[in-house]
Amino acid sequence: MSVSEPKVTSTGLPPAAKAELDEIRKRYPTDEAALLPALHIAQRLWGGWLPDEALEAVAAELGLPVSKVYGVVTFYDLYHQKPVGRHRIRVCTNLSCQLRGSEEIMEAVREELRVEEDEVTPDGRCSYVHFECLGSCDTAPMMMVDETYHENLTPRRVRDILRGLK
Amino acid sequence: MFEPVLTKNVGNPAALTLKGYKKSGGYEGLAKALQMEPDTIIEEVKKSGLRGRGGAGFSAGLKWSFIPKNITPKYLVCNADESEPGTFKDRLLMEYDPHQLIEGCAICCWAVQANICYIYIRGEYTKAATILERALKEAYEGGILGGSLMGSGFKLDMYIHRGAGAYICGEETGMLESLEGKRGQPRVKPPFPAVVGAFGKPTVINNVETLCNVPHIITRGADWYKSIGTDERNTGPKLYAISGHVERPGTYEYPIGITFREMLENAGGMYRGGTLKAFIPGGASAPILPASQIDIKMDFDTVAKAGSMLGSAAVIVMDETTCMVRSVARLAKFFNHESCGQCTPCREGTNWMELLLKRIEHGEGTESDGRLLLSICGQIGGNSLCALGDAAIGPVKSLVERFYPEVEQHVRERRCPFPQRRHFQNGA
Repeated sequence: MSVSEPKVTSTGLPPAAKAELDEIRKRYPTDEAALLPALHIAQRLWGGWLPDEALEAVAAELGLPVSKVYGVVTFYDLYHQKPVGRHRIRVCTNLSCQLRGSEEIMEAVREELRVEEDEVTPDGRCSYVHFECLGSCDTAPMMMVDETYHENLTPRRVRDILRGLK
Repeated sequence: MFEPVLTKNVGNPAALTLKGYKKSGGYEGLAKALQMEPDTIIEEVKKSGLRGRGGAGFSAGLKWSFIPKNITPKYLVCNADESEPGTFKDRLLMEYDPHQLIEGCAICCWAVQANICYIYIRGEYTKAATILERALKEAYEGGILGGSLMGSGFKLDMYIHRGAGAYICGEETGMLESLEGKRGQPRVKPPFPAVVGAFGKPTVINNVETLCNVPHIITRGADWYKSIGTDERNTGPKLYAISGHVERPGTYEYPIGITFREMLENAGGMYRGGTLKAFIPGGASAPILPASQIDIKMDFDTVAKAGSMLGSAAVIVMDETTCMVRSVARLAKFFNHESCGQCTPCREGTNWMELLLKRIEHGEGTESDGRLLLSICGQIGGNSLCALGDAAIGPVKSLVERFYPEVEQHVRERRCPFPQRRHFQNGA
């Protein structure tokens, strides 16, 4: 029984995403240039991460080899190749935040979520990572939850914010 | 009394709209520029002395003048990939005055005859991207952008291109690679982007703040601009992003060349009444300066003379409770993470620097580690394609050369002599 299943071929991007991408493609002289935007769209569609089928769909859409798409995905921090929580938490820990207590913020996140960095909580709700400078050093310590910056944090505020996430 | 130029609309939410921005004098610079010959604009910007605000401090006008006239199309790429640790000034400019940036970009495009401008914004800046997107839409609908730039007949399209989390994409050729849909690995120079840039065509790459200066130079003239600042080589208003151990961190606008002491006082002094130990004058890449440099003039040349760099003018302040080894170890971790991996000295060297610094911080360093660190710095310096390698050694070298007693103390006592500071009591 060593015959493996043939790989499921890509189902492609849904029509609405295709239309969105087609608009974006017009901005560039090459299709390849639309790769980063296409991956942002795909990641949104696939629940915050990019499984192989997402890479294949994007590659097919833009006429690029999957290997090339894979190479790009592995280069950038905002693309994920394994499942993430419904809410993604990024705690800035670079120097300005470190000087203002970001370690205590990381501790508070870990205590509240009770999983390690880059793991997903059992209910699928959250995952978190420490992150490089998010350009909000004047409101340190800070973290980014999904698309929103939460600034001037204290451990207590972190708990309140995390508990408020559905 | 210095009147803010670049940040005059911060705190004026009306300026977010096209109407409000115009009311504050907006798009007058563009209107004036469209009456001028493109070359005259480039000359004016050159004459103003405007130097790049992204970190390198290269003359903006000179950069524009390198664009060949006989090759089309040409591009402007606005560098909004602000990722240098400590830097948050461009975010302010985009979130509070998006039209000022659009106007600056438009003038630059007219001056170099570029019909397409991409604003490459870091992926994490979603709020700024949304605000800019809205402003762009208004600029199109208001007849500023599109088929005829403010009715001039010159075609100009402007698009936002979101990055995806990579510091190296702030390096100009890494940015071009990323814009083209590739891994953001810097290119070999020459050819320079001015000749072979985005999609193989002539390209200007300027930082957000640099471009925001342009409308004011055109409206008020190069002579007015030059009257602000230290001297002929250090002109104009400058944004300083101050963070770390200060009472009121934030973005402050001053004539370039204000002293660090004044800046610190205006930021409310040291955090919780601490004592200044050291500061970084220009973002994570800039060598650290000791407290004795408190009276330094914060302009390009003075900071360079003091053995550091103004860089992005991101000032990170550290008080006496700060462990310098720990701080530099954090920066080393950053550069190790962000090295694109293309050049061996940088890829391997940044990794070893992080490991060594962590070892020292944990009390496991040896007496020869300082020498070893300097030797690694020597092997990275000048041996990588882009400036990241050189940037990575800046803080490390300054640690060994200027704060060596602290390194020694870690080794001698076999522990970090600085207790871990707790900032929050009972979680509050």
